[in-house]
Amino acid sequence: MVTTHKVLIVEDSRATRELLASAIESLDGVEVHTAVSGFEALKVLPRFRFSLIITDINMPDINGLELINFVKKNPNYRDTPLFVVTTEGREKDRERGLQLGANEYVIKPFAPDALSSLVRQYLKL
Amino acid sequence: MAPPRALSDFVAEATEILETLGRDVLALDESRTAQREPDPDLLNGIFRAAHSLKGLASMFGLELLSRLAHRVEDVLDALRLGKVGLDDALVDTLIDALDSLNALLAETANETSTPEAATRSEQLAERLRVLGEGAAAPSADVLDQIGLDPSIRAVFTEYEEHRLRENVKKGVRLYKVRAVFSLNDFDQRLGALNATLKPLGEVISTLPSSQPGDETSIAFDLIFGSSTLEPKIVDAIAGAASLESLGKPSPPPSAPSPRVPVDMGTPVPLPLRPLPSAPPIAPRGVIEQSLRSLSQTVRVDISRLDGLMNIVGELLLIRSNLQRLSETTKVPGVTVMPKAWSQELQRESRALERKLDELQQGVLDARMVPLVQVFDKLARLMRRLVRESGKQVDFEVAGGDVELDKLIVEELSDPLMHLLRNALDHGIELPDAREAQGKPRKAKIRLTARAQGNQVVIEVGDDGNGMDEARIRQVAIERGLVTGSQTDEMERRDLLNLVFLPGFSTRTDVSELSGRGVGLDVVKTNLARLSGLIDIDSRRRRGTTFVLTLPLTLAIIRALMVEASGRTYAVPLNSVLEIVSVRSDELQTIERREVIEVREHTLPFIRLSRVFGLPEKPLDRHFVIIVGLAQQRFGLAVDSLLGQHDIVTKPLSARLRHIPGISGATELGDRRAVLVLDVSALMEDVLRPQSAVI
Repeated sequence: MVTTHKVLIVEDSRATRELLASAIESLDGVEVHTAVSGFEALKVLPRFRFSLIITDINMPDINGLELINFVKKNPNYRDTPLFVVTTEGREKDRERGLQLGANEYVIKPFAPDALSSLVRQYLKL
Repeated sequence: MAPPRALSDFVAEATEILETLGRDVLALDESRTAQREPDPDLLNGIFRAAHSLKGLASMFGLELLSRLAHRVEDVLDALRLGKVGLDDALVDTLIDALDSLNALLAETANETSTPEAATRSEQLAERLRVLGEGAAAPSADVLDQIGLDPSIRAVFTEYEEHRLRENVKKGVRLYKVRAVFSLNDFDQRLGALNATLKPLGEVISTLPSSQPGDETSIAFDLIFGSSTLEPKIVDAIAGAASLESLGKPSPPPSAPSPRVPVDMGTPVPLPLRPLPSAPPIAPRGVIEQSLRSLSQTVRVDISRLDGLMNIVGELLLIRSNLQRLSETTKVPGVTVMPKAWSQELQRESRALERKLDELQQGVLDARMVPLVQVFDKLARLMRRLVRESGKQVDFEVAGGDVELDKLIVEELSDPLMHLLRNALDHGIELPDAREAQGKPRKAKIRLTARAQGNQVVIEVGDDGNGMDEARIRQVAIERGLVTGSQTDEMERRDLLNLVFLPGFSTRTDVSELSGRGVGLDVVKTNLARLSGLIDIDSRRRRGTTFVLTLPLTLAIIRALMVEASGRTYAVPLNSVLEIVSVRSDELQTIERREVIEVREHTLPFIRLSRVFGLPEKPLDRHFVIIVGLAQQRFGLAVDSLLGQHDIVTKPLSARLRHIPGISGATELGDRRAVLVLDVSALMEDVLRPQSAVI
């Protein structure tokens, strides 16, 4: 039996969201869900069992750090691996993201192959 | 690397970001001029936009774009963190940088690149780098002194931390506002809560709580800084949330000490049950609208809408064929089908017609965009030009919400820019000269739009010197554009209109402002291409107003079908004023030009057959269509009238494109192609003084 891994991408930029999604969708057994904001992520989280969450930091409603904190403090989600994908240069935000429990920090621009192999590693594909 | 589809996604998104950025930078500048502290949300929004643009550009490997966006981001970051101040130089450089980004984006979209754009962007990047420096290291951190729970601080971004610091410095009190909402509508409820809190202080951060209430609800902690007294805040949130004061404010000497007992951060057990669904605090419509703009917009390539439009056009043809069929069944004596069927056919074909009208309207609506897109761009440009000119000007913009076909809006920015430059350069006097005439030193330039039936009227007006018709006449004669005797008969309005002739320019020196050597004739031609018209209203010492009249859309027009020498032509109905029937002996010739009298006005007219060199039929009576665009009018004599049709104009093939007087072709129900007349070009021909000789 093939298990399908659900991956949640939280990213407000449509073009970037599409690039992320296409990098990950190329993997077998992965189903991509997307949210355009932190709020939408909060709504989607309880509805599915995600195997991986990928989030941006700079978003309009709640920022990515707040989302990481929410996920990592919540017994329902805290074991779900979480990647931050964000633009280089915000060192302090990066530090905090890792402190809050983000598993990986991917810097934009990223190579789609590098991202998908990282995803494969976490999902044990 | 990125597929072409993705690149067009990029261009669309980047364009949107740049538009927002442009608008917000102006808003920022306005708050500065008004000496208000900029709204922290606005400042952060601008920064976020630049940040997203940089990220996007780097994802797509666009180095120049990404580098410049990066510099913009850095400066904005320093600005929002209070490390640099906002001054003229910074605002101007930001606006220049946005222009440069727009230029780079246009090149990306067209898959071209020029060294000029590259050099400019590099220069601006360097200038921004210098401006972003002078960033002072933050002084001893006041945040360490307020005893804030470190777990809260841990999730703050650098900016939120900065805002927190600013609030502490101002000596306002910090609160934790806790609210529990249903998962279904928490975004709306939270929006309402934010709207309530914003007038009372600043919501620094919104933290979704890690302690879930249950499966269906979610708790939020809003970190809120406010100098409003606690009971007032409690009143305002009216049971929708609970309030807890956080830490202690560092006591600035002048801050009034709050009367409420200070709770030094001792955790207070908070209610976690979901609140009964209290009515939202802010008007619901407002919040829903702002959410809608985020999520319910679809971007569509205009060429797809063109495709839909063509299909609608073809459906319209089929409709008229059906109508003709159903008409034939009504002819008495002809029995092609039972009467009941014929009635049924007629009813259904009417229903089809109504639905097609709706479909057509729907597709047209989808093409409409508000003028604010181009108005914002112009406002940015004017701001800079005014500063460089040494004149004092209030630039007023109104009617940005008026909508026009996307293609028309795109084409409007150059003509409008030219008219605005003209107003500033030639229309407005220097402050001293204005004062001497008893006018306020500060001049006014207005850009306004309003919808008028099927047309949109855009006005560019100034309260400057007005135009001097004597001077215009003299120049036109000097340049050999008209003869002295021709101008003797001209009224003031006709004289003013001479400025639209190619080769006319009242100033010999090419000023920095009006620059580019483009005259008003080009403006007029550009507008004519959009089936638009331009007219001047100018009063000495009172100012000049250019009035542009444009159709709402070019895609579908209603046309009057006419016949001349056995051929059918379409005349766009928006230019038809009236139709008169005249006897041949009522036609007169003045100075070798044919004219008719209509209600005591003498109007020039042309015979359509002659325009296209067709053999003329001798007729007793002519139908003369009085066509007018703005204030100008003339008659167009045709043999007969065939009724009105909705037509979709299609461009002519390259070989036919340059025939004067024809703007395109269309098909009629019987599959015949019909030429569509270009009324403004014909008018040009008739009203141009030299064309008196036919």
